[in-house]
Amino acid sequence: MSTPARSIFDLSLFVLLVSAAIFAVVFSLLSYAVLKFRKQGLHGSHEPAQVYGSTQLELAWTVIPVLIVVVLFLATARVIASIQNAVRPASAIEVTVIGHQFWWEYRYPAFSVVTANELHIPVSDPAHPTPTFLTLLSADTDHSFWVPRLAGKTDLIPNHPNSMWIDPAEPGLYLGQCAQYCGTQHAKMLLRVYVQTRAEFDRWVQEQSQPAHLDDTVSDGRRIFERTACVNCHAVAGTAAIGRFGPDLTHLMSRYTIASGAASNTPENLRRWVKDPSIFKPGSKMPAMGLTDPDLTAVTAYLETLR
Amino acid sequence: MASESIAWPAPEAASRPLVDALHQWVATVDHKRLGILYIVYALFFLVIGGVEALVMRIQLIRPQNDFVSPEVFNRMFTMHGTTMIFFVAMPIMFGFANYLVPLMIGARDMAFPRLNAFAFWMTAFGGLLLYYSFVGGDGLYGAGSAPDVGWFAYAPLTSRTFSPGHSTDFWTLSLLISGIGSIGTAINIIATIVCLRCPGMDLGKMPLLVWLNLVMAGLVILAVSPLTAAQIMLLIDRYLGAHFFDTQAGGSAVIWMHFFWVFGHPEVYVLVIPAFGFASEIIPVFSRKAIFGYPVMVAATICIAFIGMSVWAHHMFTVGLGSGANTFFVLATMAIAVPTGIKIFNWLATMWGGHIHFEAPMLFCVAFLFQFLIAGLTGVMLSVAPFNWQLGNSYFVVAHFHYVIVGGILFTLFGAFYYWFPKMSGRMYNGPLAKLHFWLFLIGFHLTFDFMHVPGLLGMPRRIYTYEPGRGWDIWNLIVSIGVVFQAVGILVFVGNLLWSLVRGKLAGSDPWDAWTLEWSTNSPPPAYNFAAIPDVKSRRPLWDLKHPEDPDWRYE
Repeated sequence: MSTPARSIFDLSLFVLLVSAAIFAVVFSLLSYAVLKFRKQGLHGSHEPAQVYGSTQLELAWTVIPVLIVVVLFLATARVIASIQNAVRPASAIEVTVIGHQFWWEYRYPAFSVVTANELHIPVSDPAHPTPTFLTLLSADTDHSFWVPRLAGKTDLIPNHPNSMWIDPAEPGLYLGQCAQYCGTQHAKMLLRVYVQTRAEFDRWVQEQSQPAHLDDTVSDGRRIFERTACVNCHAVAGTAAIGRFGPDLTHLMSRYTIASGAASNTPENLRRWVKDPSIFKPGSKMPAMGLTDPDLTAVTAYLETLR
Repeated sequence: MASESIAWPAPEAASRPLVDALHQWVATVDHKRLGILYIVYALFFLVIGGVEALVMRIQLIRPQNDFVSPEVFNRMFTMHGTTMIFFVAMPIMFGFANYLVPLMIGARDMAFPRLNAFAFWMTAFGGLLLYYSFVGGDGLYGAGSAPDVGWFAYAPLTSRTFSPGHSTDFWTLSLLISGIGSIGTAINIIATIVCLRCPGMDLGKMPLLVWLNLVMAGLVILAVSPLTAAQIMLLIDRYLGAHFFDTQAGGSAVIWMHFFWVFGHPEVYVLVIPAFGFASEIIPVFSRKAIFGYPVMVAATICIAFIGMSVWAHHMFTVGLGSGANTFFVLATMAIAVPTGIKIFNWLATMWGGHIHFEAPMLFCVAFLFQFLIAGLTGVMLSVAPFNWQLGNSYFVVAHFHYVIVGGILFTLFGAFYYWFPKMSGRMYNGPLAKLHFWLFLIGFHLTFDFMHVPGLLGMPRRIYTYEPGRGWDIWNLIVSIGVVFQAVGILVFVGNLLWSLVRGKLAGSDPWDAWTLEWSTNSPPPAYNFAAIPDVKSRRPLWDLKHPEDPDWRYE
């Protein structure tokens, strides 16, 4: 877990305990009243004593809840401030997250790295914290960045830049997904965050900042890729492909999944995806390009060299 | 005048009984008939909205199911939410208010009978227009049928760029039109309560249900007006080139959220306050005691309405309003728990020391007390902004608000149906069938909505048409879907019971519950003029005074 998720979790446990205590008391009182005062038959000969109210009782069940609310409020206000007013240390990693229908774009301005859907960040050693600060933008509709074990969600809203931070102490894969309805394929806008040791992360950055790997054996596929509409939306660094509507493909094969986590990144899936994206994601903004089988094979072969 | 010279055809009395009866219903301005029209109309849409929920639950019963396409699923949740709030919950509350308020205050009709009919038909037309989208929504661009932008229709998904065609326009126009009806009815309820109370019934002697409907009507005016304004702005955006919410031209998506939730949160109180009204009538009668702490109950209601107008941004904790705004809305939202808790304690004290009779209306109200307690507590949890950052927009929040709307509001509504059905129809419902309905619905409700909290806690967001296996969500979604079956059968038993009892039920008499408010002093069903002589009251329970002349309420109030 990272610090925001941890402090939210602790606060939630406290709130849950208070709520459970209130529930136990009121539930018992209600159950007692319902069981104790039940009567058979509607038309009893005499009515119970009529009681119209009691100022002492009303005061009691006003003042006690007010006190509980004050305690809960103060506990909450402290956590809000500790998360939302946190100061960004100089050692922080900065990533710009841009929500698209229906995928995630990540830009690391300090490293000149652009990638998609799978966020890589370093672990943050509590002794020498290197938290990651995310700037959240949207290219189209509203989205929300939610990886429960790292932090609560924050929305990505066009014309309304947001930010949040995470500092996971354990390496590993953290899953999440878009949490604000953003259109047809909101369900398959999945999030994968790879938390790596600092050395692994540095190596990943080093690889990702290289231009695309060139391989002459797939020049046919590359020519077809650059001749069709692929390049209107996709970029491959160091080539003529500079589109920005779709994910950057420069290091496509370094990713574990395609289609924003909807399918694993195998040659077979890649071929099916290029042939017709609606197999995995009906409503995806990527059109089926209508490539012939040989062209499809060539393009897939080219994509497989983008390591 | 020219019309005087027109020769009318000779009346063919009794030759067209069906047409005449229909004409009487369509042209009626009688508050009781309009009330029943509202209620029947809402029940019709309740079934439709329920079918939409059923489609969603079949789709989510297992991971990667393909019962419906994502487009259809998105239409289903949009239409389910819009239908249930605007064309089920609000009309049904207006229906009961229409029927009961004049009877309870000793009046012969609402203050503006024609406005009343106009408002109902506007609401009715709004619902029909919304559903016409299924056939008419394809429009010029062939871009879909029913609206699929979600019931809170966040900008900029509703802009022409992201929602071409006319489906969003059907949504906007139908809410605009039904909103006019809602405001008309709200004005009518306020005018009726303020002006038409019978002699002796000062504000402090009105039945609580009347008080609560007065507060509800005030909230409708405050809440529906901004929604209507926002719908007009959206239409201008889409067709006249404005950019209020058009983010691509510098508009603000956040402004739409504020407009929507400044309606949307008070709307919850618009629905729950009349539900409190039902509970406040039914619980005393079936506990055989006067309501405990009447003035405090009124004050708590007004307090809820007042604070309820300043909590809307708790729907926007993840929008990035800043820690200051978030902290304010945490405090305001938590504060609501205090008057709400006061209400629960007063109902508890009403039952305490009474003689509780578990007829169907009381069963539903007791279940309401337990369920509303849980709904309130999960509400307090969600008011904790950091908790909300995690579980807002997850299935936890879906479970929470269904606990309020189904476990709280719908349960008291069922109670109200059984309580006032004898008055409206003149006949008693079938008791065993009503209890069967209660137990089926109770089991179904808890299977569905208790277990729905869990996938939310495990990270499942709302509004997804499918999910990956292996997240631990599968089993919970299966249980949730199974619960829906029990609820659906329960609803069938309920509707069947009403229809059967309408024809075959035992005659109920004017006062089957030995109750205390004025509607039970007239015939069942009441005559068109309600009361032969306008009553004169001395206390909050005029019929108690009549039945217990040795110990009347007015000595103590």
